[in-house]
Amino acid sequence: MIKIIDLNKSFGLNHVLRGVDLTVERGESMVVIGGSGSGKSVLIKHIIGLLRPDAGRVFVDGIDVFQLKEGELNELRRKFGMLFQGAALFDSLSVWENVGFGLMQHKKLSDKEIKEIAVEKLRMVGLVGVEDLMPSELSGGMRKRVGLARAICMEPEILLYDEPTTGLDPIMADAINDLIVDMKDKLNVTSVAITHDMKSAYKIADRIAMLYNGKIIEVGSPDEIRNSGNPIVQQFITGSASGPITIEGVRHEGDFHRA
Amino acid sequence: MRILRPIEVLGTLLKWPIEELGRIILLLSSVIKELFTPPLNIKNTLKQMFEIGVSSLPVVVITAVFTGMVLALQSYTGFKRFGAETLVGSVVALSMTRELGPVLTGLIVAGKAGASMAAELGTMRVTEQIDALETLATNPVKYLIVPRFLSGITMLPSLSVIADIIGIAGGYFVSVYLLGASSAVYMKRTWNYLELEDIYNGLIKSCFFGGAIALISCYKGFYTSGGAEGVGKATTGAVVLSCMTILISDYFLSAWLFK
Ligand SMILES: Nc1ncnc2c1ncn2[C@@H]1O[C@H](COP(=O)(O)OP(=O)(O)OP(=O)(O)O)[C@@H](O)[C@H]1O
Ligand SMILES: [Mg+2]
Repeated sequence: MIKIIDLNKSFGLNHVLRGVDLTVERGESMVVIGGSGSGKSVLIKHIIGLLRPDAGRVFVDGIDVFQLKEGELNELRRKFGMLFQGAALFDSLSVWENVGFGLMQHKKLSDKEIKEIAVEKLRMVGLVGVEDLMPSELSGGMRKRVGLARAICMEPEILLYDEPTTGLDPIMADAINDLIVDMKDKLNVTSVAITHDMKSAYKIADRIAMLYNGKIIEVGSPDEIRNSGNPIVQQFITGSASGPITIEGVRHEGDFHRA
Repeated sequence: MRILRPIEVLGTLLKWPIEELGRIILLLSSVIKELFTPPLNIKNTLKQMFEIGVSSLPVVVITAVFTGMVLALQSYTGFKRFGAETLVGSVVALSMTRELGPVLTGLIVAGKAGASMAAELGTMRVTEQIDALETLATNPVKYLIVPRFLSGITMLPSLSVIADIIGIAGGYFVSVYLLGASSAVYMKRTWNYLELEDIYNGLIKSCFFGGAIALISCYKGFYTSGGAEGVGKATTGAVVLSCMTILISDYFLSAWLFK
């Protein structure tokens, strides 16, 4: 179970998180939606202790993440798998070494066994025959899926997905959605996923939370969100440029004037 | 207020290097802590040693041979004026082992291996690979910095020894084959005044330089921010700071070692 309490984080003058409260139950799949730059990636990085907040707490299974010492934090992190928005593959290691990195570090297995497991996980994300390539030889969507394979490789209890389907074609995106649902149904993982893709959000979420102006403004089941009376939420999920959310610097039709 | 202004300026000027020094020392202390916490990552260490050796050896050899040659040439013409040209062998041997071997290899390794360490770690930082290491419950200091530090303190003395030998050989070549000195006298002079302590203290110096280069370069890379531009800054910063550290500490080490 993940419990986030009054989380605040600034970068210089940029006050990104302004008191985020969110609880994710065990075995639940939480999807966080919100505009670009609203702080979704920053939020997810706090859950696994990559960033330290200015104020607020995060509890994972009752343990206060920011009270832990280095070694204890590493113990806790073994429960996690994380997919980074930019995949963050190790570019000095081959694809299978990337996927099997956790096994290599923490399990006493031979290279051959690790490679077999890695190949199996790669197959789960729809990649076959790429295990000996280097990350620089992959396309963006392939990198993302290798990142996903790496995240699920250790069969973690908690999975954090930062935009698992962006950059994938619609069919592949749906296959990844299925995989995420499977992870929850079969392995009972708790997960937090960030996405802009509402179709994906409706498919994988038990509950959806919307981050806006540094706060969670609404949490609810996909149906509750779809029928939300909040105009900000409505604008976001329908993807309209006009509404209470305004985009600085992007001009509406009326703003164009002749030179 | 006006009167305090210079003090304020001085304060801000001093604040930055002192802070930086503090952070480097903190990093050193965690490197030392991880160095003595098993297991040691032997595979990565050997890979780094190989990388330093291979990248710097050709430049070290060429630099050392020409340095030995020019030393012989210059001291021959100089010493001839007061009939001391037989001392050329001693001058070359002492200068190479005590001073030029360690310092020149240090500067070369800083420019080649130091730059690539800073660039590699800097890229890993800005592409979130270091964060990814942490999410995989791997201590990045142990995984990335300790092997580089170890290879720095072992490879620099090794390269230094090679530079010493090749420099002396270069001096021998110029003296004996080009300036017509007697081979027996040259060799005798080389060994006459050269003591084990000279070689030994030269190696202590290069050990220190190797550690400093690795630590500074890893520090600059590890704390990179600001994308590709930041990686560039970290790389030049690492080379400049390493070279300055070598030249400045060389004076103090010499004063302390060669009393
Ligand atoms: N390491 C950092 N240093 C400084 N500012 C940062 C850092 N990380 C994020 N920010 C800032 O925090 C804000 C939120 O960033 P974040 O990456 O969380 O956005 P996001 O919601 O994930 O957006 P997107 O959907 O585009 O990925 C941005 O304004 C960004 O500039
Ligand atoms: Mg993001």
